[in-house]
Amino acid sequence: MSAIAPPVGTPLAAAASARRLRLIGLAVIIVAACVLPFVVSNYRTFQFTLVLVYAIALLGLNILTGYNGQISLGHGAFYAIGAYVAAIMMDRMGMPYWATVPVAGGLCLVVGFLFGLPALRLEGHYLALATFALGVTMPQLLKNKYVEHWTGGVQGIVIVKPDAPFGLKLSPDQWLYLFTLAITVVMFVIGWNLIRGRVGRALVAIRDQPIAASAMGIDTALYKSLAFGVSAMYTGVAGALGAIAIQFVAPDSFGVGLSISLLTGIVIGGLASIPGAFFGALFIQFIPNIADQISKAAPWAIYGIFLIGFMFLMPMGINGAIRLGWARMRHRHSKPAQREGG
Amino acid sequence: MDTFVHQVLAGLATGGIYASVALALVMIHQATHLLNFAQGEMAMFSTYIAWALINAGVPYWAAFFLTIGFAFVLGLAIQHFVMRNIRSTSVLQLVIVFIGLLVIFNSVAGWLFTYTIKVFPSPFPKESLFGQKYLSSHELGAIGVTLVVLTLLWAFFRFTELGLAMRAAAQNPTSSRLVGIRVAWMLALGWGLAAAIGAIAGMMVAPIVYLDPNMMAGILLYAFAAALIGGIDSPGGAVVGGLLVGVLENVLGAYVVGNELKLGVALVLIIGVLLVKPSGLFGSVQVTRV
Repeated sequence: MSAIAPPVGTPLAAAASARRLRLIGLAVIIVAACVLPFVVSNYRTFQFTLVLVYAIALLGLNILTGYNGQISLGHGAFYAIGAYVAAIMMDRMGMPYWATVPVAGGLCLVVGFLFGLPALRLEGHYLALATFALGVTMPQLLKNKYVEHWTGGVQGIVIVKPDAPFGLKLSPDQWLYLFTLAITVVMFVIGWNLIRGRVGRALVAIRDQPIAASAMGIDTALYKSLAFGVSAMYTGVAGALGAIAIQFVAPDSFGVGLSISLLTGIVIGGLASIPGAFFGALFIQFIPNIADQISKAAPWAIYGIFLIGFMFLMPMGINGAIRLGWARMRHRHSKPAQREGG
Repeated sequence: MDTFVHQVLAGLATGGIYASVALALVMIHQATHLLNFAQGEMAMFSTYIAWALINAGVPYWAAFFLTIGFAFVLGLAIQHFVMRNIRSTSVLQLVIVFIGLLVIFNSVAGWLFTYTIKVFPSPFPKESLFGQKYLSSHELGAIGVTLVVLTLLWAFFRFTELGLAMRAAAQNPTSSRLVGIRVAWMLALGWGLAAAIGAIAGMMVAPIVYLDPNMMAGILLYAFAAALIGGIDSPGGAVVGGLLVGVLENVLGAYVVGNELKLGVALVLIIGVLLVKPSGLFGSVQVTRV
């Protein structure tokens, strides 16, 4: 496709230069992300590990809600499944931490796909309620006395933080950050390829015009269930990584609050956008702390004001606002050139 | 048998509460086609206002009606100052605004009135009515209040010009504006009414569950379920749905799964019903034009 170099001065050339700019930007960000754990404290490194974890989960939820238009108020449940898979495999079976991540992803893929099948009949508010039920029920199921032997009941499971392998001179926090970063890059490359290809177009078509999409030969039911499965897989991988980073799982940390903050994250970051996952993750991780610093008495009121303020100022999310600003800037720059040309 | 009757009747009593919150949800949905996640917290906040008034020496029924007035103005103000100014491109953004309102009300109530649990008085006599032993007079009274509210609402929408205008504004905003209905104010009125109904529900439920900033969380969830199972566009359906959910929850909790799992099981059952009848028991089926 890019065999013929576009002539200079055409929109194609502009698009190519924009792509080059974007690639350079991406490279800078990845290098900065690799350097980060060596310039900030261990605690900050741990916080940024969680940002990466949330970013993976948000990308997953965005595939379902942003690209496919199915709302979920229960993704905390898939996060919980991933986290518990990691904890049970490490603590009860003595498996290495890296082996838990693919198992968590695979299990969530299956569970998500199976949940997606009945959810096909539900839309909008009804789907919100169904997924909410999933989110509410999961912590109660984990506390249930029949599975207590595995899940540790209300007390949960404590796991040991892995040390850096191959005799590398890294603190466990630094190593875990880099490990998470590597998986994040892999998950985002997969997600990016999925979304820009045939599958992604099918998902968006189903979101925008379900009837037209099925008339054009897209298997709506299959794709919608698959979106649920893939989305759950991402969230499950994030759950496993989150559990390893926090070294602890308990039913009450995976309640409805987690599901809601994931949904908040994708809307604040930007629906149906890949970089939006990172902005949303930064919001989830840091805004509650900032709110707490502003007002000790009513931190959640400040958090609520942040939420409403963001929606008021950036209805398309942070990514949407950046795109809009970028487009305006380019527009201003290109205007004089147009006048000269004709 | 005796305990079973008691469980069913107690379920009906809590169901009445769910029904009135569900009714408030249906009201806002009728006016705006949105489900208000902050409804429960608005009700809780209004109930705190009633508590503060009663503690300041205002007689119960005066405080009751003052609180309804306060809630009405609160709902009106939220529509007028917050919701109207959000340029939304999708429902999800409005959902986030609702979640924002929810945490604000919850946090401010905790900050102003502390998180300690408070006893809220009941306007009904202590001893049970009509010599029966199943329902306390407060539970009976709460059901009665719900029914009165439902009748008033039905009459308002059916017989008054304002009610007709509100229905028109919700169904076809453009045409309504053309015949001279002020659509924005109709929306605000819808919010005010819904907040007022929520406040009544809050004051009826507070003597049973005690007053604290998180008292409405579970109730709101059941109310959602009730509104959806009854059909989101049917006020009568919301009441039937509320009573159904109340009984279901109580009986399941007592006999089948125990208290811990009853919320989950009730929700799963409700979703089961929705899978068979996606627009609820009394909802009208939506048909989309291609």
